[in-house]
Amino acid sequence: MSNLSEYKGVWVFAEQREGELQKVALEILGKGRALADTLETELTAVLIGSSVDGLAKELVCHGADKVIYADSPLLQRYTTDGYAKVLCDLANERKPEIILVGATYLGRDLGPRVAARLGTGLTADCTSLDIDLDTDNLLMTRPAFGGNLMATIVCAENRPQMSTVRPGVFEKLARNDRRQGVIEKVDARIKKADIRTTVEEVVKVCKDFVDIGEAKILVSGGRGLGSGEGFQMLGELAEALGGTIAGSRAAIENGWIDKACQVGQTGKTVRPEVYIACGISGAIQHMAGMQESGYIIAINKDENAPIMQAADLALVGDYRKVIPEMVSKIKALN
Amino acid sequence: MKIVVCLKQVPDTTEVKIDPKTGTLIRDGVPSIINPDDKNALEEALAMGAEVTVISMGPPQAEKALREALAMGAERAILISDRAFAGADTLATSNALAGAIRKLDYDLIFAGRQAIDGDTAQVGPEIAEHLGIPQVTYVEKVEYFDEEGNVKVRRALEDGYEVISVKAPVLLTAIKELNKPRYMNMASISECYGKEITLWNADDIGVDRALLGLAGSPTKVKKSGAKEAKGQGELVIKSYKEAADYAVMKLKEKHYI
Repeated sequence: MSNLSEYKGVWVFAEQREGELQKVALEILGKGRALADTLETELTAVLIGSSVDGLAKELVCHGADKVIYADSPLLQRYTTDGYAKVLCDLANERKPEIILVGATYLGRDLGPRVAARLGTGLTADCTSLDIDLDTDNLLMTRPAFGGNLMATIVCAENRPQMSTVRPGVFEKLARNDRRQGVIEKVDARIKKADIRTTVEEVVKVCKDFVDIGEAKILVSGGRGLGSGEGFQMLGELAEALGGTIAGSRAAIENGWIDKACQVGQTGKTVRPEVYIACGISGAIQHMAGMQESGYIIAINKDENAPIMQAADLALVGDYRKVIPEMVSKIKALN
Repeated sequence: MKIVVCLKQVPDTTEVKIDPKTGTLIRDGVPSIINPDDKNALEEALAMGAEVTVISMGPPQAEKALREALAMGAERAILISDRAFAGADTLATSNALAGAIRKLDYDLIFAGRQAIDGDTAQVGPEIAEHLGIPQVTYVEKVEYFDEEGNVKVRRALEDGYEVISVKAPVLLTAIKELNKPRYMNMASISECYGKEITLWNADDIGVDRALLGLAGSPTKVKKSGAKEAKGQGELVIKSYKEAADYAVMKLKEKHYI
């Protein structure tokens, strides 16, 4: 690779869908801000879409020094070909040292396509990002082997250093109206023929889609519930606490709760203030998705279950008895 | 119709344990399996009635996964294996596989979305990029694939799906919602041992060695280890009434309620 020092600045792919910024875009912008400050360089958000001018200002308010905005009707919906071309052309021309992409279904489609075209490395699903102060290299840490191990990856001899970042891991910065930034609208240089796929339609399946990643309190159930009815009980506790229900992989596979509510390696990473795990043994893949929660309560018959070690408060007992009791106590308080 | 299916042999990570003292994986006795998403890719290719070639990069033992694929119904199996591939990250892996696939005739390439021992979801899209063909990842349903090479699939999204049409050749990656893989049948199990597995090394695939293995891998593992355990919490073994009382008291004390 040519001169690595030519590559400067931290870029964040500002994923938007239907004109709405994805939460992870702001989260990685928050992390990108910290990385750019450490490197004493500029933080740039790359916004790709059609008529989403209003979002550019939002990105500045959430930490970007600069927004590169590629606007074209051909970019209204995400396509691998369209977005990869725009991002690669910009990266080849302007040479950022770091590109961060949210590890969403779109980001995980775009990231490897871009990395392969740029001939650089990509670290998937990072949960921690730091700068090595000796070399200025990006230290990218991710779970490996189904969450059994944490591995720190470097991309020392290639630029840009690319990583996709798990949603829900980093915190966005508080919105600041007074932040100043440069918004640069660029020619997307995209033609219809560049895009080989056609998105015929986009269908939303979960109408009352609850984002468990947004919940402050989660009451979560697993195999130990024994049946789908257990979730009614969990729902009552969630309601009393102003929270939401979620489930482990076993609960989803038994069809007790919707896939959108799955916590863990193959589901979502959550970080609520309170996580109450009922009848969840605590497989490592599950823990990978909830261990950053503020306060973890586990209710399990087996005091030796791994979840009981991870919990701040481990209650040994039958959830069928403990939960209704908690619900009535909470109601009595109000 | 010709389909190339990319397979990876992986340790069954649901059975992998960590040595608490050394923080390393205990692999002894952990069974190797065909990566689950790849199996969905293979199933779909077979169900489409295509002539299926399975390809894998790995050590000689990965032959076992290819035998299983043959027993499921694949026509032909290719193992690309060479010390020169050792230490490959996703980019180097995709360069090797793309090199091998260039030598094959295909209408469609099907891979699993991601492998359970890495969870990167990168090798499929990277192969597509090297080959210069379009990709659709997270495929949960194949609507059709007609004689003219028109392909229509459903691609899963977090909160729904999108319907995408594209013209072959294209690379698709499968998720488990796509189908339920068949079992091997007894007749084909014995038959598959009669079939030959083609073995290709680094010279056979015609890829610049600088793009392979450790040399072709931009990413390196700097360190790895078990997660730091957090401090032990409180264990409460009391009657359910007292336990519930205590939990509510704690939630109140911490101002969560």
